[in-house]
Amino acid sequence: MSVTANFTSHRGEFTLKFKAQFEPGSVIAILGPNGAGKSTLLRTIAGLSAVNTGSITINAVTVDDAKKIFLPPPARSVGFVFQDYAIFPHLTVLANVAFGPRSRGSGRKAADQLAREILTQLGIDDLAERRPASLSGGQAQRVALARALATKPDVLLLDEPLAALDIQTRSKIRIELAQQLSTFAGCTVFVTHDPLDAMLLADRVIVLESGTIVQDATPAEIARRPATPYAAALIGVTLLRGNTLRGELTLDDGGVLHTADVDTSGPVLAVIRPESVSVHRVQPEGSPRNVWPGTVMALEASHDRVRVQIDGPPDVVAAVTPGAVAELGLAPGTRVWVSVKAVDLDVYPTHLDPTGSR
Amino acid sequence: MNRSQPTSQRPLFLLIPGLVAIAFLVIPLVGLLAEAPWGSFGAILTSQVALEALRISLITSIAATAIAIVIGTPLAWLLAREILPGTRVLRALVIVPLLLPPVVSGVILLTAFGRRGLVGQWLYSGLGIQLPFSTAGVVIAATFVAMPFLIITMEGAFRSLDGRFEDAASTLGASQWTTFRRITLPLVGPSLLAGAVLCWARALGEFGATITFAGNFPGVTQSMPLAVYQALETDRSTAIALSLVMLTVCIVVLVALRGRYLRPGSS
Repeated sequence: MSVTANFTSHRGEFTLKFKAQFEPGSVIAILGPNGAGKSTLLRTIAGLSAVNTGSITINAVTVDDAKKIFLPPPARSVGFVFQDYAIFPHLTVLANVAFGPRSRGSGRKAADQLAREILTQLGIDDLAERRPASLSGGQAQRVALARALATKPDVLLLDEPLAALDIQTRSKIRIELAQQLSTFAGCTVFVTHDPLDAMLLADRVIVLESGTIVQDATPAEIARRPATPYAAALIGVTLLRGNTLRGELTLDDGGVLHTADVDTSGPVLAVIRPESVSVHRVQPEGSPRNVWPGTVMALEASHDRVRVQIDGPPDVVAAVTPGAVAELGLAPGTRVWVSVKAVDLDVYPTHLDPTGSR
Repeated sequence: MNRSQPTSQRPLFLLIPGLVAIAFLVIPLVGLLAEAPWGSFGAILTSQVALEALRISLITSIAATAIAIVIGTPLAWLLAREILPGTRVLRALVIVPLLLPPVVSGVILLTAFGRRGLVGQWLYSGLGIQLPFSTAGVVIAATFVAMPFLIITMEGAFRSLDGRFEDAASTLGASQWTTFRRITLPLVGPSLLAGAVLCWARALGEFGATITFAGNFPGVTQSMPLAVYQALETDRSTAIALSLVMLTVCIVVLVALRGRYLRPGSS
């Protein structure tokens, strides 16, 4: 159930040049700005557009080689969740989910049965008879996922799966999606421009800019060492895993930090943006509630800021002005104090709260 | 919301020409009603001429609409997806019958399907088929002038249809035929109805191309408009009674579809 993609695809002036292999069970985030070629990549894997050179192989079967072979979408075992979900507005939820199995040769009864099973698996069997127009954004997302999974695809492609949702729904659905993807045996490729999606859902992130892969690494690696200014601005953050309880975050790697979020509890991913990290030569006093000592490991110029890697524990990345670097005399090996306000430490649950509160 | 506006918001330079326009549109209708032979209405409508004209009109307009749906809908899809080379030229060609004087359309059809026409001579000598001056000729004439209404309506519908629905069906394993039948067609259903009604109404009213290409033979090619035209020369009251019938059909169609399908941008 692996995918090997090594191709170029032209869209007028634009060229997408892509080379990667996706392993079964892996979840890959394609992260990049608008017009980077993210959707073109998904459409090409699905067979909704063709490669110009190179080839795509799914499950050891070449589906497109730019010459003789081109398998259209129905001949590929690919599930596609479209941006805004594209749920057929004239069919019920059940008929939407049963559409795939029906089209792939199941009888009406068998297809309906399978659709009901999938809806039950995703906990939305009560929506079966509903019309798409009456669904909320979160429900539509689940239906779209159910519809894509109903054909039992080897590869699951999701185009901006959470972009259509409001912020509250988004974090809830994101956690749900993470759990569903973790049980999916095939490989999942999803496109996003939200770094949180990439951090929380993916075990591998490919950063795409202007049709070219600029970085291909684990979320933690990309967060620590973003390869381009875009990646740095978007995902050059500090990621910390831990457990939080009433605003007290116990880090997996040791140490305790304070957060302003006292409602969330349980395992979380904490995010600290480099701009909100202050660097001092002497121990600061006053409002910041999180202060710890560290050593400057590296300095990197990025746009008009300098990214300073500081080893703690916890390790953290700070973004300071070139002036501040000179003023503080920062260089590799410099001993510094780091401070982060509690309100600047964002926490995101990584598991659904079993008690159902929030 | 129908409250009268203050006088200051009804400028005379718009009000007066507007009222003239209303009078211009309404007075002829009133005239028709005033002259209608209400007493002998039933007798006229059940006369052989009227019944045959009604039969010819219904058969040919429905046949023309059916043909337009069967071949016009696919063309509309091809135009909307810009699949054929020279789509822009084709789109202009489709509109030509709308702009042509119907008599000219009739002449064009004669040159193509007449007994000595480009295609007609082969049909006649090879298969013994003669389209001019036959009921089939009435259908051809009506289809030629009315199909553009359906094509234009459907092309707009296909164009505004979100392509991702078809993409989604395709990734779910549906063949192109299944996708068209189960997804595309149902989604453009309201437009198909609107386009078919427009097409049918135009076919029903067809006169110029019909009389030129198919002639005016009672029981064979004499449709309602042709019967009205002929009756006007001999029996004015029959012409008026038949005109009233066609007016009634127009109004019924308009009322039935008002606001539901003929709204701009509905699909």
